Amino acid sequence: MSDQCCCCSDCGAMPPELKRKFDELDRYIAELHPDDNPDRSRGFLIQILHRAQGLFGYLPEDVQKFVAARLKLSPAEVYGVISFYSYFTDKPVGRYKINVCTGTACFVKGASKVLDEFKRRLNIKEGETTEDGKFFLGALRCVGACSLAPVVMVNDKVYGNMTAEKVADILKECAE
Amino acid sequence: MNVNLKINDRPVTVEAGSTILEAAEKLDIKIPTLCHFKMDCFHMEHRSASCRICVVEVKGRPNLAPACSTPVMEGMEVKTNTLRAINARRTILDLLLSDHPKDCLTCPKNLNCQLQELAQEMGLHHLLFKGEQSTYNKDLSSNAIARDLDKCIMCRRCETACNSVQTVGVLSGVGRGFKAVVAPAGLRPLAETECVFCGQCVQACPVGALSEIDYKYPVWRALNDPGKTVVVQTAPAVRVAIGESFGLEPGSISTGKMVAALRMLGFDKVFDTDFAADLTIMEETTELIERVKNNRDLPILTSCCPGWVKFLEHQFPELIYMPSTAKSPQQMFGAITKSYYAQKIGVAPENIVVVSVMPCLAKKYEASREEFSRNGVRDVDIVISTRELADMIREAGIQFDQLDEETYDSPLGESTGAAVIFGATGGVLEAALRTAADWIAGEDLQEIDFKAVRGLEGIKEATVKVGGLELKAAVCSGLGNARKLLEKIKRGEANYHAIEIMACPGGCLNGGGQPYHHGDTTILEKRMEALYRADAGLPIRKSHQNPSIQKLYEEFLGEPGSHCAHTLLHTTYIDRKHPKK
Repeated sequence: MSDQCCCCSDCGAMPPELKRKFDELDRYIAELHPDDNPDRSRGFLIQILHRAQGLFGYLPEDVQKFVAARLKLSPAEVYGVISFYSYFTDKPVGRYKINVCTGTACFVKGASKVLDEFKRRLNIKEGETTEDGKFFLGALRCVGACSLAPVVMVNDKVYGNMTAEKVADILKECAE
Repeated sequence: MNVNLKINDRPVTVEAGSTILEAAEKLDIKIPTLCHFKMDCFHMEHRSASCRICVVEVKGRPNLAPACSTPVMEGMEVKTNTLRAINARRTILDLLLSDHPKDCLTCPKNLNCQLQELAQEMGLHHLLFKGEQSTYNKDLSSNAIARDLDKCIMCRRCETACNSVQTVGVLSGVGRGFKAVVAPAGLRPLAETECVFCGQCVQACPVGALSEIDYKYPVWRALNDPGKTVVVQTAPAVRVAIGESFGLEPGSISTGKMVAALRMLGFDKVFDTDFAADLTIMEETTELIERVKNNRDLPILTSCCPGWVKFLEHQFPELIYMPSTAKSPQQMFGAITKSYYAQKIGVAPENIVVVSVMPCLAKKYEASREEFSRNGVRDVDIVISTRELADMIREAGIQFDQLDEETYDSPLGESTGAAVIFGATGGVLEAALRTAADWIAGEDLQEIDFKAVRGLEGIKEATVKVGGLELKAAVCSGLGNARKLLEKIKRGEANYHAIEIMACPGGCLNGGGQPYHHGDTTILEKRMEALYRADAGLPIRKSHQNPSIQKLYEEFLGEPGSHCAHTLLHTTYIDRKHPKK
């Protein structure tokens, strides 16, 4: 990341851990050479946001502004894309991101029962994070693993052939 | 290459790449449109084809085609009014209206609404669908632009105005499906964004989702307060547009009628922003000559336009040393009224109310900027737009078109031709050149029409020889064009002495507070032509020859650029990208 920040005036006060993440995101964007063809820079937006959310856990305003400035897009446009896709979030989420697929195949095979069981056990609604900041519960559309329906993802790990009974096991696994 | 096709069995030949809509226009066949918005002279076209109101039947094509975005093809046969097309259009309109409030009677765009017009044209007298209605809080956070998203039809014309034309980039489609809205990042209120309040989104909005923050009532209150002396100033571009609100031809110069109407409304003094425009030229030209002679801080940028100034403060804070420090005419007028004029009439500044009538919505914001008050008294108290003044005249029952012409009061009502052209892109620079040329040459030059800087083009250049000096100047209107020019300057690729920049394409005549033109650019051309006609018809056409201005300097300010002038008439700018904590 260059010395002069493009988005905020408090880089000097940035904690090293945060700065490391921004540096990594900056390197990732640089490798895509978005400046070579500015007209096409918005084509990189989604993959960059994907990477950014992987790094930061969510997409806070500073990250949105940073990405916007690097791609020469307006922050409003970046926010527009984030708000369109349910995958992206601009709010901090729990350490364990539980996402229940509610795509057609999973839905038919009983995803809603699985989702209800997570809601009951965690005592939160869809899109919320538990008070201790440990679990986030969300619902996704198809993750492309329909043969394993119904599917649940916890962070990057996929659990197939889910049932409501298996919910307790998953939560226990996370606690370990 | 040309393409031949038939629309409603009538043959027409158009250039390849044209749309069905353009071909139909050539035949004077009207196809209804709603989301489509086109302003050729500014190279702007919003062609999202999202509303589908313009669907037509094309022979051999299974589905209906949106005329606004379907290119013509050789041998194409188009029917615009088949039963299938009419039914589809009615259904689409019905669906649009199912999620649109029906409170037209109290809507700020009532009788200026393209959705209302469409419903009337299509004769829709009852609605079939009763669907869910969006409900959002109104955004009244700024003092310039009101957002009422319940009325938004998601045509996204405002986004094109904000992002593509102005490159301000505040508005974007947010969310998806029924919950989608056009909003700033993070759904912030407009006042907390980089919005410059140019109001081009308000001009582009076909419905009442975007409008001005209304200040008519505070004006009525001031007019009915016996303890206040209420003074009004009218900006140059208002006089060539307000007549449109009363059925006069676009391009009518309504100065005299407007003055008469303002007097009937009860203003104690009817003055002219043009006076202050002449004053601006005195200060700005002094600064220009000083900077050119010392070759420092060039180019000098004009500072009359508050939208442009805010744009610079947000987007190019490293260049904030460039604009002239002269206040805008509106603010100079306020400052002089509450000092020089207050003394003259023996009224305390706090008992004077300065009302501005502006073609602009950013002027509402400008008047509220912290810098523009002295000892807790604001330079300008209330700002209303051309449209709001027209509403007040109507509310008072004044027959505008029947009025006899009257003239402005003295002394702050006297002005020159150089001031009236401030209302068009290029006008401020031309006015400055008229004065600079005289001052540098030390004589009263006769060649005063600088035609190279006139016209609606986005960026214009001129090299003017004055005395021994060769002045390189540029004129820029529309913030997208300003961005291009400023980036060139930053890269060291442009070498100018002076640049005029106006936020709105075409200048103030196309301001966000002007009567709605709905994309009809011939109206703008006529307003511009009227401004230059007004200039040519005035006996004095150079700012420094305005006798009231000369007297103001003699009696009060001293010389242009004097200490007193600097205290009252100059300002500073703020780096808004790196706000101080």
